[in-house]
Amino acid sequence: MTAPALQIDNVSHSFGAVQALKDVSLTVPQGGFTALLGVNGAGKTTLFSLITRLYSNRSGTIRVGGHDLRCEPSRALARLGVVFQSRAMDADLTIRQNLIYHASLHGIPGRLARPRIDTVLAQVDLADRADARVTALSGGQSRRAEIARALIHRPDLLLLDEATVGLDVKSRAEVLALTRRLITRDGVSALWATHIMDEIDPADDLVILHRGEVLRHGPARDIAGAQGLTRAFLDLTGVAP
Amino acid sequence: MTPPTAHARGWLTAFLGIARRETLRFVNQRGRFLAALVRPLVWLFIFAAGFRAVLGLSITPPYQTYVLYEVYVTPGLVAMIQLFNGMQSSLSMVYDRETGAMRTLLVSPFPRWFLLGSKLIAGVIVSIIQVFTFLAIAYWWGIRPPVWGYVAVIPALILSGLMLGAMGLFLSSAIRQLENFAGVMNFVIFPMFFASSALYPLWRMRESSPLLYDICRFNPFTHAVELIRFALYLRVEWTSLAVVLGCLAGFFGAAVFMYDPQKGLWARRKGGPA
Repeated sequence: MTAPALQIDNVSHSFGAVQALKDVSLTVPQGGFTALLGVNGAGKTTLFSLITRLYSNRSGTIRVGGHDLRCEPSRALARLGVVFQSRAMDADLTIRQNLIYHASLHGIPGRLARPRIDTVLAQVDLADRADARVTALSGGQSRRAEIARALIHRPDLLLLDEATVGLDVKSRAEVLALTRRLITRDGVSALWATHIMDEIDPADDLVILHRGEVLRHGPARDIAGAQGLTRAFLDLTGVAP
Repeated sequence: MTPPTAHARGWLTAFLGIARRETLRFVNQRGRFLAALVRPLVWLFIFAAGFRAVLGLSITPPYQTYVLYEVYVTPGLVAMIQLFNGMQSSLSMVYDRETGAMRTLLVSPFPRWFLLGSKLIAGVIVSIIQVFTFLAIAYWWGIRPPVWGYVAVIPALILSGLMLGAMGLFLSSAIRQLENFAGVMNFVIFPMFFASSALYPLWRMRESSPLLYDICRFNPFTHAVELIRFALYLRVEWTSLAVVLGCLAGFFGAAVFMYDPQKGLWARRKGGPA
């Protein structure tokens, strides 16, 4: 049996006296799109920081493609492509130079990286901007470049932390459509953290995270019920999304 | 999927990628290269000319005869280039953390000690390019150590560059914001540089203040300067070598600890992790 792309069991995390995550468990299946919905401060970024090992996971287990992050960090991190909430590319370099750098951080030499860069930039519709400095990109282009960076080492699982934050409606729709396309076409799995209801499709697997706790996990259609997702979210959390 | 850490080529690729990025950033920031050169050249051309008249130098090892002040001060200025380069690397780490570029590095499958070590070595390569450009200009100015001294000084430059870079790395882990970096200039760089043997021999310092002399003796930068000075004249200063190696191990160990998600500052930090 194939291991899930991501399996989180009973993970908690505190910053001093403040508990940011309480006994969080969730699973992202292979080739699936899971939306992680929560308002600002729900614990989404903390959870991502634990999955990417920017923070140390002290309780519970996190497995990426069946590999325990604590016991086999290299195997687990090699399977992850991460799009952070804010820009993570080097502003002094061009997109191509950034992608070559990122590929090298995954042990991919330049001669293998170059054709891959052409491919991923074509996928994200940035082929003609390859030699542009990161600072010269628009918000939407910048996010697509970040997705290209996350894809360059052909990860099994994409983590996207509020990937559309700060974008206009059109760019937001483009980035979301691009991610869904990658899942359908390339079989990549994705955990999509957001606080925007419109980004969730009724067919999506949905996790509602609030104040560090998973309140519901299941198909968005089932969680929304007849009342709609916005109303269901309000009933569950007491907070308007 | 085999992780890139499973074969030596993966490690080499990662190291070369980090070195390439540091070099590209250095090349893209031409002002940084000029500033790195102008600083020691101002000392050499202007200050040294002025100090030559007031600072008579007796025979001081490794020199076997009386030397001009410009000759004495050159190894100190070489170490100064490396000190500022180390701090520049530290500044770029803080900048990377603020802009988010640091996270790209830290989520790599390679262990952090390797990533930080690669960044350190890349910084040293950049500093050695600056040092040899400076030494070429100094040669034209009449400062001419033995020819083989230019070869012998390379290992000393590597070690002193690593030590000063590791110190910068450690400092970068403790600095939360770019604005706080001015404090490093005032409280680290200037005291280290002036309370050392870079500009004047320590016996002169002892004459004016025994306490300051002791401070200079325990300053790791003094030992970086002396290691370079002796190597440039084809000799080894063993005490300085031991101190530089010890400080390198200490600073690098502390930096790796501070950047470790399980132990150091990152584990305690609330808010954005990188």
